[in-house]
Parts: sequence; C-alpha cells; structure tokens
Amino acid sequence: MQTTGPDFDRVFAALGDATRRDIVRRAIAGEEGVAELANHYPMSFAAVQKHVAVLERAGLVTKRRIGRRKVVRTDVEGLRSAQRLLDRYEELWRGRIDRMTDLITNTATTKERTK
Amino acid sequence: MTVTSVQKDPDALTMTLTAEFDASPERVWQLWADPRQLERWWGPPTYPATIDSHDLRVGGRVDYHMTGPEGDQPRGYWEISEADAPRSLAFLDGFANDDLTPNTNLPTTEARVKIQEIGEGRTRMVIDSIFPSTEAMERLIEMGMEEGFTLALGQIDGILAEDAVPQR
Repeated sequence: MQTTGPDFDRVFAALGDATRRDIVRRAIAGEEGVAELANHYPMSFAAVQKHVAVLERAGLVTKRRIGRRKVVRTDVEGLRSAQRLLDRYEELWRGRIDRMTDLITNTATTKERTK
Repeated sequence: MTVTSVQKDPDALTMTLTAEFDASPERVWQLWADPRQLERWWGPPTYPATIDSHDLRVGGRVDYHMTGPEGDQPRGYWEISEADAPRSLAFLDGFANDDLTPNTNLPTTEARVKIQEIGEGRTRMVIDSIFPSTEAMERLIEMGMEEGFTLALGQIDGILAEDAVPQR
C-alpha cells in the first residue's frame, strides 16, 4: 500500500513503544540480528521478531544480509523524515504562540491610539 | 522569539513549551478567557476554531469545533479542572461527538498552563501537555493530530541525538 514516502501513521505507531524505540537505537550500529537483539530484552524471540516486523513495515529498519548472517539496521533517513513531520507538530504550537503574540501586539497598538 | 523553549520528555509523556510575551499576565490570560480571542489562535489557519460555549470555571466546559479544508468539522471540548485568573489554568482536552458528548473512544490530553510576571512588563507562559499513555499518543497520532497538543517528539530527537555520537 505504501506508494510515496514513509507512512507516518505507521512510523509513529511503531515508535510509540519503548522496546521498539530501543531496538531502533541499537540497530543504528547495524551489527545484530534478531536473535542477538532478543538477548537484550526479557521477552521471547518471537515477541522481538514481531517488534522488528512492525519497525520494518514502518520503514524504520531493514534486514540486510552480511555473509551468512542477517542483521537489522536502522534506516536513518526514515527516521529523519519522521523528525521533519514531528517538527511540523511542534510548529503547530509555535504557530499558536505566534498568533497569540499577534493578538497582543494588535491590541497594544489599538490602546495606544485611543490614549 | 516568543517561544523560549520546548522540552519533550517521552518517559513522562509530556511536552513543555515556554513562551514570553511583552504584556501583563492579565493580558495573556485574556487569550484563554475571551472566546473570541481564543478562536483566533487555537486552530491553525487550515483548521480555524469556533468556540461554541465557554465557561472557564472549575468544573466548567469549553465546546469548540474546527473547520477543515474539506469542510470536515472535528469537535472538541475542554473540561476545566483548575482556573485561577490570571495565573493558572488546567483542563482536559478531548474529542466530542456531534451531540457534544465526550467521544470516549478517543484519548484525552491534559494541559496545564502557568502564567507568571517576569518583570519589565513581560510575562512567561508555560504549557505542559500530558498524555495519559503511550497508546493514547499512538492513537492521537493515528488521527492526524489536528489538535496539536503534541506528542512523542522527543523519541526521535533522542534517537537521532545518539546517532550523532561519532561512531568508529
């Protein structure tokens, strides 16, 4: 279904879980496979595999073959595009503050005129 | 720059935004207390807000709707839990059904606003946005977040910050 660009809903849903965020962090080095990653968490291999699959679908990690091994690697570009979207949310609040400032400035000017 | 800091704490599920204005606390309070002013800043230009009712007392409610570019009108409400003019305001911000009842299928966020004089005619406003759970954050994100009381920004910040550490 994914046509152009990252699916942001999936990206954010994927990052809404502490274990998955940790996997993304560890996989930046891109040296561990699912089995090695699973050693870091008090959960089953299958559970970790599921988390990795969610991240994969969100475009945040890829599996890559190195020799006979398959390692999980974070797609940093995928992360950055999510960052850009998140910046837009922060912008939303900054926009609100800007509009507040405009309102205050406008009323201040009006008051001065009536003085 | 009126926004002086934005802090995102993914562990506590909060975002704290601090802004400063060249105005008195009373003037800043009016931005929240006067519905005509509130609707001029609450919605982004693409989703202007209309305040349908406005009672900023403890236990009171604010009902609003926003109008999207496609004519869609998501409804929201505030439930006021603290109101101490012109110093502090706290409320639950939720989505509402068309009959104005709270839409309990969707998560709420909590907002805490502190307004404080800092001298020389300036006022500082601190807004804490608190999410009830990671699931709620996910849900709000899935919905597109028109409301803007955001979000898990710090998660990606943190990950990218670690990525920036030189690797050998």
